[in-house]
Amino acid sequence: MLEKLRLVWESLPLLLQGAIVTLELTVSLLLVGLVLGVLVALGQVYGPRPLAMLMSAYERFFRAMPILVLLIVVNFGLAFVANTYQWDWLRLPTFAVAVLVFGLHSSAYQSQIFRGAIQAIKPGQLLAARALGMTRLQAIRYITLPQALRLAIPGWSNEYSGVLKDTSFAFAIGVTELARQGWQIATRTREMFLIFITVALIYLVLTYLGTWLLELVERRVSVPGLAGQRREEHGRVI
Amino acid sequence: MAVSSNIVVRIEDLHKRYGNEEVLKGVSFTVRQGEALAIIGPSGTGKSTLLRCINRLTEPDRGRIWLEDTEITSPQTDINAIRQQIGFVFQDFNLFAHLTALDNVRLGLLKVKRLSKREATERAMQELARVGLAEHAEKYPAQLSGGQQQRVSIARALAMDPKLMLFDEPTSALDPELIGEVLQVMQDLAEEGMTMVVVTHEMGFARSVCDEVIFMEKGVIVEQGPPQQVFVNPKQPRTRQFLGKISELYGGT
Repeated sequence: MLEKLRLVWESLPLLLQGAIVTLELTVSLLLVGLVLGVLVALGQVYGPRPLAMLMSAYERFFRAMPILVLLIVVNFGLAFVANTYQWDWLRLPTFAVAVLVFGLHSSAYQSQIFRGAIQAIKPGQLLAARALGMTRLQAIRYITLPQALRLAIPGWSNEYSGVLKDTSFAFAIGVTELARQGWQIATRTREMFLIFITVALIYLVLTYLGTWLLELVERRVSVPGLAGQRREEHGRVI
Repeated sequence: MAVSSNIVVRIEDLHKRYGNEEVLKGVSFTVRQGEALAIIGPSGTGKSTLLRCINRLTEPDRGRIWLEDTEITSPQTDINAIRQQIGFVFQDFNLFAHLTALDNVRLGLLKVKRLSKREATERAMQELARVGLAEHAEKYPAQLSGGQQQRVSIARALAMDPKLMLFDEPTSALDPELIGEVLQVMQDLAEEGMTMVVVTHEMGFARSVCDEVIFMEKGVIVEQGPPQQVFVNPKQPRTRQFLGKISELYGGT
């Protein structure tokens, strides 16, 4: 027993190194997905019809792709093109490929979180902004986005916990994140069960910490009558 | 306050159609500086559409509108520059839900008029005080009553220093006991000489505060004149009928 605990203890530095890669990957892909997702959602809600349709096609395509398939196709596709044309700039590190693929994939899901949030805002507020003489972009920046981003936090927290675990697929293209570190240690030590229980616990802690942090943010930026107070208000009613 | 002979708004032959329904069928009138004009009439007769055409929140199909010497309906006109000069008050307030009362009033000053933060704050507080809400500056819309929200929205419009204020049924979404505080603010404005066009079902207000009344039905102006004439001696039978129905409902105007 003591021996096993010692093994876990000795594996921790490597596993935590992997956990840091997992976190870096998660944060980077979420940011890529956030920027693209917001743009896709804005296009879907406010764009002219052709743009809205294009955005919907984009969103459906990436939601239809299994992330593992996408990772492999893009990773080997890029390498193939780079080799064929001798484009060295296209030889991306696997971490960057993972950020790109996960980011695009997540942007499709995030776009729907933001679309729901944007559509929850009464259009009358935009009318009022335009009546003050604001441009469309100003109305979006000062009225839509501050409200939509607040409303999106609960859904976004869900996306965080989802993609955090999806990043283990980056294993397949050789990114040494948490699951891959676990795999390497487990095959070396032949303690598959023990090591992966430890890996699972680390995922649990990362998920817990992340969603807790987002809950803090949600409370911090809450505005009476908008998101954040809802729990208390609902609790009072039912 | 005297109404001057300077014309602030001129509307000529305004048309608007939604699908098969022609909502405005050639509406023309002028509003002089300092004049308070009430537009009354049954629901769904194009009153709100007319008001929204004036600052082109709704694009008219045909007809021309001028604000002083600038043609609002000309494609060359910078509509955002025009809208800064026209205050608009909506039936359901449309306050920005994520901003305090102060920030609601301040936003246009900061982002559209590009005032410094200090100037914008000062001006916004003045306007909030003018509608009697200085002590509520830090509250969010959800923390204010309907009447207070509507007064904030009036302050938000006034802060831009408009040449003209448009009110689209400003008291229709309010509980009866809150209507008075909003009408009082509007009456003060009219007495200070603000040029205003008010679409309203408040006949008492139209009659006692406004200088001119337009009765609209089915997309046309049926009758227009000073309130004494329209309310006491309407020339058109339809006007008489409508006013009769209203006084039946509300027990006298």
